[in-house]
This record gives sequence, C-alpha cells and structure tokens, in this order.
Amino acid sequence: MTTVAEKSARAAGKPATMAQALTRAMRDAMAEDPTVHVMGEDVGALGGVFRITDGLAKEFGEDRCTDTPLAEAGILGAAVGMAMYGLRPVVEMQFDAFAYPAFEQLISHVAKMRNRTRGAMPLPITIRVPYGGGIGGVEHHCDSSEAYYLATPGLHVVTPATVEDAYGLLRASIASDDPVVFLEPKRLYWSKADWSPQAPAAVPGIGKALVRRAGTSATLITYGPSLPVCLEAAEAAREEGWDLEVVDLRSLVPFDEDTVVESVRRTGRAVVVHEAAGFGGPGAEIAARVTERCFHHLEAPVLRVTGFDIPYPPPMLEKYHLPGVDRILDTVARLQWEN
Amino acid sequence: MTVQELPGAGASHRPTPPPAWRPRTDAAPLLPDAEPYRVLGTPAADRLDPALMRRCYAELVRGRRYNAQATALTKQGRLAVYPSTVGQEACEIAAALVLEEQDWLFPSYRDTLAAVARGLDPVQALTLLRGDWHTGYDPREHRIAPLSTPLATQLPHAVGLAHAARLRGDDVVALAMVGDGGTSEGDFHEALNFAAVWQAPVVFLVQNNGFAISVPLAKQTAAPTLAHKAVGYGMPGRLVDGNDIAAMHEVLTEAVRRARAGGGPTLIEAVTYRMEAHTNADDATRYRGDAEVEAWKAHDPVELLERELTARGILDEAGIQEARDEAETMAASLREGMNADPVLDPMDLFAHVYAEQTGRLREQAALLRAELDAEGDA
Repeated sequence: MTTVAEKSARAAGKPATMAQALTRAMRDAMAEDPTVHVMGEDVGALGGVFRITDGLAKEFGEDRCTDTPLAEAGILGAAVGMAMYGLRPVVEMQFDAFAYPAFEQLISHVAKMRNRTRGAMPLPITIRVPYGGGIGGVEHHCDSSEAYYLATPGLHVVTPATVEDAYGLLRASIASDDPVVFLEPKRLYWSKADWSPQAPAAVPGIGKALVRRAGTSATLITYGPSLPVCLEAAEAAREEGWDLEVVDLRSLVPFDEDTVVESVRRTGRAVVVHEAAGFGGPGAEIAARVTERCFHHLEAPVLRVTGFDIPYPPPMLEKYHLPGVDRILDTVARLQWEN
Repeated sequence: MTVQELPGAGASHRPTPPPAWRPRTDAAPLLPDAEPYRVLGTPAADRLDPALMRRCYAELVRGRRYNAQATALTKQGRLAVYPSTVGQEACEIAAALVLEEQDWLFPSYRDTLAAVARGLDPVQALTLLRGDWHTGYDPREHRIAPLSTPLATQLPHAVGLAHAARLRGDDVVALAMVGDGGTSEGDFHEALNFAAVWQAPVVFLVQNNGFAISVPLAKQTAAPTLAHKAVGYGMPGRLVDGNDIAAMHEVLTEAVRRARAGGGPTLIEAVTYRMEAHTNADDATRYRGDAEVEAWKAHDPVELLERELTARGILDEAGIQEARDEAETMAASLREGMNADPVLDPMDLFAHVYAEQTGRLREQAALLRAELDAEGDA
C-alpha cells in the first residue's frame, strides 16, 4: 500500500520525512524574515526531542533559536511580549500534554490580544504542538488536545498529514498575522515522500480542505494522524464494493465547510474520523454542520469513529483505543441505512 | 527533626566526596534591607530635587482626585467597577515617572492611574471598566500594554518584550506591575525566572497593599518579605515604603538604570496599603478593622510629601492650590468624557477576531446584521 506521503510526492523531489519538511519550513522562514524566532525547551543544541529544530541554533544563533527555561506558560508568555514588539515567535510545546500549563496565556492573551485591542495589536505566534498517539508514548505524551483549541475563538488550528503540507502549512502559519496552533501528528514525523520545497503559495494555505481520494459511496472526513488510516481503509473498502472519498481537513479553524459539504452532498454518506475523544470532540461539530447543510442529501446519519471517551491509555493498550481500519470499515457498513 | 539529627548525618560513610559545588551567585547583595527604604522624614530628604518633587506632588494630588472621580463614576453607574488605588498613588505615579518615552509599562487591572500618569487619556484608560471595549487605546502608541485582569500573566509579556527589544538593539526597559496576591501565581515565578536567566531589562514592581481582595499577606506567603523572593531567581530584591514617593522614585530609577545598562531585572516590593475596598463590589469591613485603616491614614502618601515639602519651603499654599486646581480640571474633563454615552457598533463584535474573517464569523455577522435591521424596521 502506498502511504499518503508517497501519494503526495513530487516526481522531481528527494525522499524527505515530515520532520525534515517541518525543519526546512522554519529554516526557510527564518532565512527570509529576521523577525522569525524559534523558542522552547530543548530546541537549541539538542534540536528538540523530535529533532524538528535540528540545526537552527547553529545556523541562526541562539538568539534566533532559543533554549528557554522549562516553563510552558513562561515560554508562551514571553512569546506574547516578543510578538508585541514585532517579532514572529515560533514556540515549541514539546508534547501535547505539556502545553496545558500555557493554556491561560493561550486563551486569555494569545487568542484575545487582537480583539481586546481592536486590531491594534495582532499576535503572529505559531505554537507547534506535537500531538496524538500511536508512538508508544507513556502517560501525558499522546493526548489529542485539538478540541480545547477549537473551542477558543481567536486561534487558528491546523494540522498537516503529508510531507508537503508539513512544509506549506507551517510556512503559512508563520506568515499568518494571527496566532496559529500548529498540531504536528507525531506518529507521522517519520513518514516519507519524494519532495522538494515549493514556494509556500503553491500549497493551499490555512482554511482549505483537500480531497485526498475521490470516491462515490461515502465521504471519510479526517485530518492529521488519521488520514493515512482512512486512506488505508478506503483501499480495503474496495473489496467490499465501497468507493470511499477521503477529505483531509488540514485546517480545523477555519473549517472548510464548503469542500466537506460538496463532497457529502455528492456521496450522500459521511463518517468523521479522529483520535480525539468523541464527546465534545471536533467530529461532533463537523457532524452537526454536515447535517445542517446536507440533510436532504444524506442517506444515513453522519457517524463518527473517534478515540474512546477515556484518558489516553497506556502504550500497550493504545491500539484498542485508536481508530483503526476495521473500526472505520465497520462504521462504513452501518451507513447502509435501511430504516 | 533537623538535618543534623537525621540518621546518618555527619557520619563519614561517603566513599568519595561529591564534586565541588558552589552557588552561581552570591546571595548577599541580592537580599533586601530589613526595613522598607524611606526618604521622606529622614536625612536622605536633604537631597530632594525641588522641581521633581513639585511635579510628584502635583501628580499625587491629581491621582488622588482621579481615584475619587472614578469611584464617584462607579456610584453613578458610569463604570461597571473600579479598583481604587487610594493610598497607593505614590507607587502608581512613581512607576509612570521613571520611564522614558520608549519604555513600556505593563499594568495590572488596578493600575489605571499609572497609565494615566504616563500620559494616557483618562477616558481611554477607563473603557475596560466602563465596558465599551476591553482596551480603549493602542498599546503601541502609548507603550502601555493592555490592563491585565488575569493575575501576573502580563509579567512574562514584559519579559518577552524587553528581551525582544534588546535583541533588536533598542534601548527599552519594561516595567511590570503586580499585586501581592499576584506573586503567588505561577506566571510570576516563570516571568522572574525567565527575566533573570535572560538578563532582560525588566523591573518588577509588586505593590504589597496588604490584601488580595480579602486574603491578608500572612495567608499569601510565608516569605520574610516579597522582595526576598528575588534572591531565588538571582536578581536583587528591594523593599521600599510605597507611600513615600521620593523613596519610590529613587528605588525605581535605580532599577530602571540597572536594567538599561544591561544589569538585568530587579524585584521591588513597595509596602503600601489599599485604603478602600478591593472594588465597589467588596465589603472591606468583613476582613479588616478600622484601627488598621486609621493607622495607615497617618501615613498617607499625599500628606507625607506635602508635609516634607512645605517644611522645606519647596511647596507653599499657592503651589498646593495650583495642584488642586489642575486636579479639578482633570476631574471635570474625566466626568465630561465619561458622561458622554459611547457610540457602539455591534458589528465590531466580529471585526477583530481574526485578520480575515472566517466563513463562520461572516455567517454570524450576517445574522446579527439581519437582527439589527429587523430591529430598525420595527
């Protein structure tokens, strides 16, 4: 089976991982714009625990790629002040659950500064959060925290699923005059594609969903770490006689309703797939919107395949929790709504 | 049980001595004095600068009048709420006066007076409390950050801004204000630690006014003084009489000078007292007695300076009257500004959420537009 990354590969490119594309995105942004600063715990000499900032301190100096004290509220709070002075901080939160101490800064200041100053003081901060499971991480290292961010007006929330998007979306996030929570699906860090960096404008930016696989039977709506799983499920579904369309949201805020609605109106059936807990999760919002706008086109209720409504399980149990191909296919089977 | 009494303490069972260790910084110079620093009423007052002190006096009188006017506006329903700084005017004024034009002030929700003393229009300073918009001014234009309602969260902003300015080679100092309660917050710790590690040009001014709403300092901290907290971060801590504007000015000036010269941050604890309740929504009689308030009345910052300056012939009746007249003019203009009903555009609700409106917000804006139009037709 070909991976998503391979599908999006460019013939002229060289093999690259998502991790490398992210590094390259920060490197290019820093080279082009002296106001771009990378900061966080371990981002300097170590290059980050996932090596995403590898080489940046060496190339741009410690003032541009700064190892901070271990304090997420302090990191993001300092980034707010730096942005107030005209810099474009790119903040690394190391792991999903490590970002929680910074939530007050994020919600009370980062998300609201433009609004409370009537547009006088926008904050162009990119907050990189490696998120999600599937890497065998111990407790507090695998949360899917996107629902918390989605519920906060003033933030953009994006998540790449391909090597190309890792570069393009991160460039777009750093260039954005608004704060962006950039969710990095850590289990896709090492996914590879033949790739060479394009001009950032060549990749659709924040707020555009893409149909990754065309189909006619039903639409799988997904993003980030669940995209490869959905594509695999779509391949497997062919044996069942189902031709599944797969939409990659790429950006959760803004949510590209039109692309989703257009797809679902065509296929008449929809399943939302994500790792985050289902109750109050992104899928609930998406299903509600799809139902509102596609009601007369739907042949079945919009269904969801999500992580269970449980704290993230220990690594040896995570395979039972994460949405997999079988659970997706079983749910697709339930779309044959008879009564 | 003391360390000496612990089992094994003092025994020579270590096979090898630990590697040599020494503290990173000599703690002694960082420690605050045992008593708050004072100038007024001490021999140090001999060196007062008459012109500066007359200015301080005029600002104090204006600040006192501002407090009275804002409190009156609350009673008239023009302000939703006002956290008074009566008794703390010396801290507020000194903080504003020691900054150069390019410097930044990071006030807490109580520090409208500092913002006004820095030159912000008194009406603009009060929009947050009036309720027409969260921040009624352009922070960049005045170099005054939005008044921060969450406690201590503005402190890391001050550090980041000062750090950014220094990276750019700009001569900028950030002065961040926080109350005694705010020193218990995590952001206080993180900001001080960042500032010290980065040697950022920041001055942290804690106004210890005795209470965090109703909780007294003794229930807030077990530290000898709040200024002592500086030592743990590796920055100097200064303890100063917050009602003595000459002392405040001197200590703040010295801290700003140090920061500007690359000497890093300073933590200043100004010992003062909140003469009025936390806000108009609070009943201070439930948690403190009249005797305590009366004792602080005898240490009023305006009278303290007035006494010193008149005794020294720096200020006369005419000067006092002039300051009062100026304050009345300010109060009249504030009343006038606040009595005019602000013109609000409901569509502003959607104007400043993102640089570019999302589809969702466009939809909701259209909904409100339709509701407004229907209202207009009715």
